[in-house]
This record gives sequence, structure tokens and C-alpha cells, in this order.
Amino acid sequence: MNKTISLACGNGGEENNELISKVFYKAFYNEILEKSEDAAIIHNGELAFSTDSFTVSPLFFPGADIGKLAVCGTCNDLAMMGAKPKYLTCSVIIEEGFEIEKLHKIVESMQKELTINGAIVVSGDTKVVPRGSVDKIFINTTGIGEVIKKGISSNKITDEDVILLNRDIGCHGAAIFAAREGIEMSSELKSDCNSLFPQVQALLDADISITAMRDATRGGVSAVLNEWAKQSDICIEVQEDKIPVSDEVMGICEMLGFEAVSLANEGTFVLAIKKWDAEAACAILKEFNPHAEIIGLVSDKHLKKVILKSAWGTARFLETPTGELLPRIC
Amino acid sequence: MSLELKNLYDNFRDSDTIKAYAKVIKEDAAQLQYRSGASPQESGTRSINIMEVCGGHTHTIMKYGILQLLPENIKFVHGPGCPVCIMPKERIDHAYVLAMQSEVILVTLGDMIKVPGSNGSLQDARSRGADVRFVYSPMDCLKIAAENPSKKLIFFAIGFETTTPMSAALLDVVIKRDIKNIFFHINHVTVPEAMGALLVDAECKIDAFLGPAHVSVISGSKIYEEFPRDYNRPVVVSGFEPVDVMHSISMIVKQFVQNRCELETEYKRAVTREGNLIAQSLIDKYFQKAQNFRWRGLGDIPKSGLELKPEFDRYNAETIYKEILPTQEINDHKLCICGDILKGKATPPECSIFGTACKPTTPIGSCMVSSEGACAAYYKYGNLI
Repeated sequence: MNKTISLACGNGGEENNELISKVFYKAFYNEILEKSEDAAIIHNGELAFSTDSFTVSPLFFPGADIGKLAVCGTCNDLAMMGAKPKYLTCSVIIEEGFEIEKLHKIVESMQKELTINGAIVVSGDTKVVPRGSVDKIFINTTGIGEVIKKGISSNKITDEDVILLNRDIGCHGAAIFAAREGIEMSSELKSDCNSLFPQVQALLDADISITAMRDATRGGVSAVLNEWAKQSDICIEVQEDKIPVSDEVMGICEMLGFEAVSLANEGTFVLAIKKWDAEAACAILKEFNPHAEIIGLVSDKHLKKVILKSAWGTARFLETPTGELLPRIC
Repeated sequence: MSLELKNLYDNFRDSDTIKAYAKVIKEDAAQLQYRSGASPQESGTRSINIMEVCGGHTHTIMKYGILQLLPENIKFVHGPGCPVCIMPKERIDHAYVLAMQSEVILVTLGDMIKVPGSNGSLQDARSRGADVRFVYSPMDCLKIAAENPSKKLIFFAIGFETTTPMSAALLDVVIKRDIKNIFFHINHVTVPEAMGALLVDAECKIDAFLGPAHVSVISGSKIYEEFPRDYNRPVVVSGFEPVDVMHSISMIVKQFVQNRCELETEYKRAVTREGNLIAQSLIDKYFQKAQNFRWRGLGDIPKSGLELKPEFDRYNAETIYKEILPTQEINDHKLCICGDILKGKATPPECSIFGTACKPTTPIGSCMVSSEGACAAYYKYGNLI
């Protein structure tokens, strides 16, 4: 490992994993942490517990803002474990000089999103630091959820499962990059930032056999699939043309040399569902977004690997993203 | 109907078209014979080694699994056309040293910030306090320089013929607007000289070239005329989508079947013989051929690099910071076989440190440093043949 932390260490990809395992897991190791789930399952499997910190530039972007992001992020992590988000804490670090009006806006969108999840903020903290010590505002939320469906885990995926996506991918990463770089598009490109609990609730209400769910945040869909392949010791085979990507996101990827599967999402999740329930699950997800799709299957062809298959019969490995997201040179 | 970005690539990834080309290539390749006059041991069906010069093509070939569609006797040699991969360590050290100056903002393009020099990469410099930024368009330097009038912006310019005009255009604006705080560290290189250097090696195994179309959009297809004429190697100037590459491969194979050796252009939608004359004149106005450029993996290639003309020396960071820039040449690790890979003598998996000591996160050799390098492409997309 490097002697200093680089931005790549926070990319949700390989360097990030190395940092977590060599520093944090090493120090904090315990059985619950080792499971590396989106949220820890505690208290005899009855509660889900998760935390997330949020820093984004710009603070307000097409489709959402840092406030909505801060509630969605933690609530989604709980929902991915089959839990209903219940109680959140909210802790903010604010840079001196930050406009109070913006703070109001951020907090209002937090409250709006809490209502959607049926959750409340029960504890909080504020710190103000001198100009330059943080970039405008950092928010941390920690949440507790009540597990509705026990046993959901990324460590138990087998060849009885198929892989689904709830919508088209990469919108958040593409929208943020476009906003940050001032790329103007004639069409509308919005972050997918959204609370996922309503979709999870609908699947559970229909008694769908869910093996695993994970929201594809930093590192995108490719990071999730690779984590699953390793955690469950399986091979995931994905049909590339089944992965839904909007023209807008594809356009950004083409111009800058990105891959949509590596772009961050904030309201997109990958599901491993038992084969016999896959069609029903897909139909339910389509009610929320028409682009929900079954994208792949599980095999033992190359264990711990993800294979991407093209429409013309070729195949390649899909690797965990590495490094910072950098635009291509020419 | 207005033209959308989608129109530029959609049909060029059509699976039926790709499959159809695969069939044609297979049929034609089965007829490949040695050319008349070949030695007696060269009989039967022959193989041809095609070099894709450009890293963009390497990327396409690996990403879309093109190798899996080709018959056994059509092989690829991955060329040196990745501007980040060919940068020798001593020049990365230049960038690092410049970036660490407190008055400097160092600006460069994409992947360049990831490549490790002897003190670390530009990313490392940034985490140690340096102001390092990447831009998509060099013109973004104007805004950064205007926002930081007390700082000196140094544009660490990299790339082949494709990116050179943008550096020239930036310098043109800097001079016309009399901007005092933008300087240049020039590392632009040219494709034909590198191709020529590969061919003079007696062990070189290249039979034909896939020419990078984006280079020819600027320089025209004329820059490759010497290869069929003087070296007996066909060149097809190819686009970057999978259909383009498959089409170009079929054009090359057809040339061998029909005993032709020509320069052809597949990417007719943007390439002409003459190229972009305005861009060429802008390059000629500010740049001249440098005596020599040392390529990582290939060594010295005369006249293969560009430098600022002496009259623009006041914008040249290499002159201004001469006292502090390291001059020691640094070679790659002795286990690294990038030089052989670039010449077609070896493939990445044949290297003893490929994927073990040498990975994209900790690259040892040049071909692993950028996503366009041959080793990085093999590592990333694997080899599922």
C-alpha cells in the first residue's frame, strides 16, 4: 500500500477495498464486520445497522442534492438487507461561511426523503470548522432498520439464482461528472438518487425469494457483481446487451471513455433472485421503472469472476473498477 | 432529424454486421498463401500478424472480444500508440518535480496522473500537497489560469498527432491574449516514426498495420504512404468501433489474398489523404521535430517527438525550470518485456510479472499503466479464448 491516501482509495473499487481490509478490518475485525454486507445484521437478526458519510460537489445537482443523497444512501443500505428504515442520526460538518438558506434546502430534502422511507431522525450533531477545513458541508447519517425478511445475504448466492437490475444504470455518476465539468447536454440527464425501500417492500409483499440485494453506489454495477462473485464463490455471467443504459449516459461514456457499469448510482440496485421468481420480480420492478431487466445468471465457469458476454458471441471478464474516474485522452 | 451522439456509434456495434465480417474474414483467411518468391519452407496456409498501432484500437479489440472472432492464422501485435504508456520515467519525474513547486498548477490529460515515476505519480504528488489537475480539453487551462493569477499553470502536453493541435491552439490563444501565466512541457510524439523504428528491427514480426484513424483525421492518410511503398507492409486506416475494426481486418486479409500491398482507408467518414490543413499549419507554426525522443519500452527514436520552436522558449517549462529538472534516464525493471510486446515478439501473458508484480494499480512496465496499454487491456478484459 502507498504511504499516503490517494483519491483512488475512495473509489469503491480495488484500492478502496485494499484500504478497508488492510487498515480497518485489520483493526476492527469481528464476525459481523467480516460479512461485508451493506448493513450489519445485529440483535439476533432482527435489526440492520449502517452508516454512511456524504460529500459531493456540486451540492445541488440534476435530480437531487446532498440532503436527499444522505438519507437515501443509509436507508438504501438498510433496505438492501430486507429491513425497513426506522431511526436515523444526522451529523453535519459545515464550513464557515456556508449559506444558511442552502442548509435549509438540504435539510428539507432530507425530511422529504425520510417521510418516503417512514423513518425519523432521532439524534444529531453539528460542527462548524474554519474555512477550507471541509468542502462546504459533509453529512453523516447512521440508521437502524427493522429486518422484515431474514437471511438476505451476499454470501449465499448459488446457481439457483439469476441476476436482475431495477433500472438503467450510471445516471448518478454521469450527471455528477457532467455537472462538475460543465458539460452541457441538450437532453435531460438526472441522477437516479432515490429511496429503494418502496421497491423492496413491494418484492417482499409479493413473497419473492430474494437471495441478495445491493445498491450499486461507488464502483457501480461492476463492483457489486465482482464483490458477489467473490463473497459467494460463484461465477456471474452477464449478457451485455441486457444491461439497460440510457442514451444520455451512453453519450457521456462515449465522449469521455467511461464504462456505464463502473459509474456510480444512488437509486439502482442489483438483485439475486431465485430462478422461479425472477419473472415475477422483474414485473414488480418494472412498475417502478420500465427498464428493470434480468441481466445474467450464476455458473461455475470461472469462480470469483464476472463474465460479460456480447451479442456477437464473444466474452470478457468484467473487472472491479480501479483508480480515479478519468476522462480519456483522445 | 437532428444528428445525435448515438448515431455516431450505434450501427457500428451491430452484432449481425460484426458476425458477417467474421465469416468473410474466416473464408478469406483460409485462402491465405505465402507470396510468390517465398522460401520453400514457407508453404501451406500462412499466418499474418497485424499491428494495431493505436492504444484505442487495442482497447476496442480487447473490449469487444475481436480476437475471439478471428481464425487462428490472423494474429494481432499490440503497438506503441498509447501516449501515457510510452512516456519514459524521467519525463514523468519532470512532471512530478514541476507539480511540487509551490507556485505551480500542473495540468495534464486523463490517465497521465496515474503513472508512477521514481518519486510516485502525479496523484501521489497531489496527495502530498501539489496542485495537479486533469482536463478533458486543454482549453480549460485558460479558465484555471485566469482564476489563479498568482500561480504558474504548466500544461504537461501529451499525445500523438490527435492531441497536438489542441496544445498548439492553446499556445495560440495564450500568445494572442498575452496571458502571462501559462507554460508548456511538450511531450508530443508522432506515429509514423515509431512504426518505422519497429520495422527496422530484424526480428520484427509485423505483416500489416491497422492505422489509427483519429491521427489521420489531423495528419491525413498520406503519412502512411511509405509503409506499403518502402517496407512492403499494407496499412488500413481504421475507425475505432468494432464494425470498423472488423471491416479493416477484412480489408487487410483481402489485400494478402489478392496479392496487393496498399494504403487503404476504412474510416472514410472523416479521413482524407491530406487531413486537417488548418490543424497542421497550427502545429507547424509552433512546433518543430525534436532530435530525439526516448520511448518507454522502445528506446530512442530519432525525430519522433515534437518541441516548441526556439522563438517560443519563454513559454517552455523545460527551459524555464531547467535547473531543477532531472536529466538521468531511467529504464524499466529488467523483468519487464514491454519492448518485446510492442515489437510483436511476445504477448502480455508471456511476461513473468504480468498480473502478479505488475498490475494496473502497481504498474512496473509501460504497457500496464494506461487502460490503452496492451498489458492493461489484457489484464482488464482477460483472455477468455
